[in-house]
Amino acid sequence: MYEHDGERYFIVDGHVHFWDARPENRNRYGEGFIACFYDYHRNLSPEEYVWPKEKYDRYSEQDMIHDLFEIGYVDRAIMQPTYLKDFFPGGFNTTEQDAAMAANHPGKFICNGAWDPRDGEPGLKAFEALAHEYDLQGVKLYTAEWHGSSKGWKLNDKWSYRYLEKCQELGIKNIHVHKGPTIWPLNRDSFDVHDIDHAATAFPELNFIVEHVGLPRLEDFCWIATQEPNVYGGLAVAMPFIHSRPRYFAQIIGELCYWIGEDRILFASDYAIWQPKWLVEKFVDFQIPEDLLGEYAPLTPDVKRKILGLNAARLYGIDVPASLAAEPVGAAAVGSEPVSPA
Amino acid sequence: MITHAQVLDALAGVRDPELDEPLTDLGFVAEVAIDEDDVAVRLRLPTYFCAPNFAFLMVDDARAAIQAIAGAGDVRIELDDHFASDEINHAVRDEQGFGGAFPDETEGGLESLRTLFQRKAFAARQGRLCEELVGAGHDLHEIASMRLADLPGGPDRDRCVELRATLGLPVADDAPAFVLPRRGRVDAADLDRYLRITRLIRVSLEGNAGLCRSLLQTRYELEEVAA
Repeated sequence: MYEHDGERYFIVDGHVHFWDARPENRNRYGEGFIACFYDYHRNLSPEEYVWPKEKYDRYSEQDMIHDLFEIGYVDRAIMQPTYLKDFFPGGFNTTEQDAAMAANHPGKFICNGAWDPRDGEPGLKAFEALAHEYDLQGVKLYTAEWHGSSKGWKLNDKWSYRYLEKCQELGIKNIHVHKGPTIWPLNRDSFDVHDIDHAATAFPELNFIVEHVGLPRLEDFCWIATQEPNVYGGLAVAMPFIHSRPRYFAQIIGELCYWIGEDRILFASDYAIWQPKWLVEKFVDFQIPEDLLGEYAPLTPDVKRKILGLNAARLYGIDVPASLAAEPVGAAAVGSEPVSPA
Repeated sequence: MITHAQVLDALAGVRDPELDEPLTDLGFVAEVAIDEDDVAVRLRLPTYFCAPNFAFLMVDDARAAIQAIAGAGDVRIELDDHFASDEINHAVRDEQGFGGAFPDETEGGLESLRTLFQRKAFAARQGRLCEELVGAGHDLHEIASMRLADLPGGPDRDRCVELRATLGLPVADDAPAFVLPRRGRVDAADLDRYLRITRLIRVSLEGNAGLCRSLLQTRYELEEVAA
């Protein structure tokens, strides 16, 4: 819980990791991957929050508990696994690793699972077992994951639909989708989110949370989210711009509130890339610059409360202190179904 | 003998297809080496995992631009520090196309990807011009009836005209100032909505370009890469 200027904020960090990127657990692709993550970390964090690379490769359980819950104001954190076994042979951040850690801290974490449609029928059975073992409420999917000679997949592939049907059957409602730099076929824009549009239409009972609010395709994300009421935007990667490029952050959050509305935006730190403490503090202090207020609505404490925790709490059935609970506005965002200009 | 200035000039004509900005402005040119008529260029990108399709286009376009310099001899373009450097460098050198770099991982060439991003770039620049006109006090009816020649001069208009030509849109002075690639003139009644949409695309492109610059700066410990 974060309290500031007489306001209280219940914090759900919608995207955190407990990864293992030590040299003994990575090949050359894994080395490039974690180096790229580290550049994001040191480029967009305030200086006092930048870690040495060795700590970044593998931080401890104590570090994570301290940074999220002791100083970071987080009430509940959602673990999003990222297996990446083609880069990190023992797994970068698996459900099993997350759950082992979370078990030491009851009531603090929600552990999501993952699946890969290229695993076919055997994968479907393994996923069902995983879902039962960890009582999954959500999954994190990474469409750019390498798998042997394949460099990615789409959410509207035939086998993806089989897995989504399985999620529906098992009552796993929250589908976090993360795009990356590769996909099959490689001549397509790998960050394109239109496959999510198809899946969201085909599975109206599931919630599709697009990580990074579609960045670097914010525009494509907003277009599909205006048309699909079950599409949400996760703010991982967008949040840290609040420090280094606050005007750009104002534009992102302003556009999101305009196109998809305040009820479908979810706070996330992407820990350990960034830390919730400074993100929460700066977000609560943040306001749209005056010269942009003609284009964007101001951010009120109620809007911030929804983004920082209440929206995610609704999706995951997390109990929120009664005094803080807010009703969704229910009304559609200002931007209705758009016409593509391209 | 080929000069350094000629090579940089040729590279300034090559754009990152995703960001629609010249490689030279983005800091992507790491080194130019000239030996009589032979030219070797090393390119670098903001991350090890930049999308391989855009990376391929930049390396291949750089090769074509330098080969087009009169008297150019052997041309070698090397992309540094990328997960697919070897695949891309070899395929470009041997003119095997994108399919040669990634056999079995692609379904056709990259032209439709390139066109898609040219349309986005066009929309973003038209949007910026339109915002400028609104800011200068013109009303939407007036703006909707403007001709290409009425647009404020500068890099956005120049680039819009180039993109119109590439996309097969009218480039005559009396052509409508604001057009949708597949639908023609934007009517006054639609202009407000058009501004909203183009602003979203503009925010996205400008934001991505800013992030690419700062990640490149961090990755190679550079002084600021000028916008």
